[in-house]
Amino acid sequence: MAKNFGYKILPGESIDFDRNDKLIARYLVEHEPSINLCIGCGSCTATCSTGHFTDFNIRRMHTFILRGETKHIKKEIQKCMFCGKCQLVCPRGVNLRNVILTINRAIEHLG
Amino acid sequence: MNRQVAVIGAGITGMTAAGALSELGIDVILLEKEEHTGGHVKNWDRLFPSRRPAKEVLDFTGKSMATGVDIRCGSAVESIGHNKGIFTIRPVKGEPVNAMSVVLATGYDLFDARKKEEYGYGIYDNVITSAELETIFSEGKKLTTHQGTTPQRIGIIHCVGSRDEKVGNLYCSKVCCVTGVKQAIEIREMLPGCEVFSFYMDLRMYDRNFEELYFEAQQKWGVSFIRGRLSECAENPDHSLVLKTEDTLTGRPLKMTVDMMILLVGFVPSPETVRIARMLGLSSGPDGFLLPADEHFHDNTTTIPGLFLAGAVKGPACIVNSMADARATAMQVKSYLNGEMLK
Ligand SMILES: Cc1cc2nc3c(=O)[nH]c(=O)nc-3n(C[C@H](O)[C@H](O)[C@H](O)COP(=O)(O)OP(=O)(O)OC[C@H]3O[C@@H](n4cnc5c(N)ncnc54)[C@H](O)[C@@H]3O)c2cc1C
Ligand code: SF4
Ligand code: SF4
Ligand code: SF4
Repeated sequence: MAKNFGYKILPGESIDFDRNDKLIARYLVEHEPSINLCIGCGSCTATCSTGHFTDFNIRRMHTFILRGETKHIKKEIQKCMFCGKCQLVCPRGVNLRNVILTINRAIEHLG
Repeated sequence: MNRQVAVIGAGITGMTAAGALSELGIDVILLEKEEHTGGHVKNWDRLFPSRRPAKEVLDFTGKSMATGVDIRCGSAVESIGHNKGIFTIRPVKGEPVNAMSVVLATGYDLFDARKKEEYGYGIYDNVITSAELETIFSEGKKLTTHQGTTPQRIGIIHCVGSRDEKVGNLYCSKVCCVTGVKQAIEIREMLPGCEVFSFYMDLRMYDRNFEELYFEAQQKWGVSFIRGRLSECAENPDHSLVLKTEDTLTGRPLKMTVDMMILLVGFVPSPETVRIARMLGLSSGPDGFLLPADEHFHDNTTTIPGLFLAGAVKGPACIVNSMADARATAMQVKSYLNGEMLK
């Protein structure tokens, strides 16, 4: 009956903040607190060379991390060229290069 | 020359304060640096949110000063000092003025858009400021590109010189969001064939009828809003401009060609105001605007008895708030003078 009904159970697509593991988020906020100053303006992404040629999005990535969504970050963060352009345009003075370094370190330490 | 009160600066704030003081029967002199009264508002065309002509508000305020205010234009205040409750003010021309009380209403300056070099103001032909757009409107001119063509697409850029630690201004200038929405409507009204895109981080429609104006811009005028801060702009050989931002709501970098770009420049503390304040030993806040004695209870008075502050010297403010502040100041000055007379 259920089989013919046409529905199946899909894994949830919403961000399950309660369940998500915020270890990396905590590590990031502790070691580079300026990440808390982000207002999501997108200047970093707009200026990022990598972001123009790949689907890499630095703003989306660090926002996802703060929400505990860390599934793809290991692969994603490899795309960054560490050029620091993003940091030059940030209106809130977020230390983005160190954000990226810290995320890398967090992945190393916390897996 | 002796006067009870000297108001410095004849913007909408100083004019309103001087008018209210003279209506209270106080002997007042109004000193203005420029050849005309009105301050920034004399350069604006129609005011948000109702689009009432700025001239109407200035004319009406001018009438309130008609009886009794001694208006001195072309009298920039060069120096000021105080001694035993008397202020001595020296304007560039005319005799020094002695007054029992001073209202400092020297206003603000516009952010110099050249400081945000990546936006191309002063470098590319078709980048203008919101203040320049007001001048085009108030002179009744048609909006064209520098090359004389009718623009087909215009980008309006929010937060230029505000909310930006790279230029040292963390504060929000408060009135530019609604100014941008108003100007978007006015562009669509003047040039129905021209698309208008606003690039914003947050839209601060804080006051009565502002949100409704935003609604009208979308519903009636088809203005588009893209949530992303401009990161840079480049010029094409045909003098159109390529804007680069992130469209944060789709999460992808976005490029767009526009024929013109309007920069919504913010407020900055005016060096003149700060200079006069320093002479009196009055300090500024971390944002550079002047500090009243207390943010809630003494927001027009200062640490110096007899010295009052009104309007945009204390930070970004719209006309309605500046006028209300000026009237409140006039009442404070009156009670101060009453107290002085009792002594
Ligand atoms: C683009 C733009 C559009 C705007 N549109 C609107 C709108 O539609 N509606 C609205 O409510 N608000 C609007 N505003 C805000 C409005 O401009 C301010 O609220 C208003 O100008 C504040 O008035 P003020 O008198 O305090 O300061 P100002 O307008 O700056 O006036 C200060 C006066 O002091 C004089 N002065 C300075 N130094 C000296 C000195 N040493 N000696 C003598 N005189 C001196 C100046 O010459 C000037 O006349 C707009 C602002 C901008 C940037
Ligand atoms: S440092 Fe990385 S994220 Fe920042 S602009 Fe360069 S490539 Fe992009
Ligand atoms: S530029 Fe700075 S404030 Fe803007 S989204 Fe990037 S990190 Fe956040
Ligand atoms: S009022 Fe709007 S445009 Fe002006 S600084 Fe504030 S958020 Fe930016």
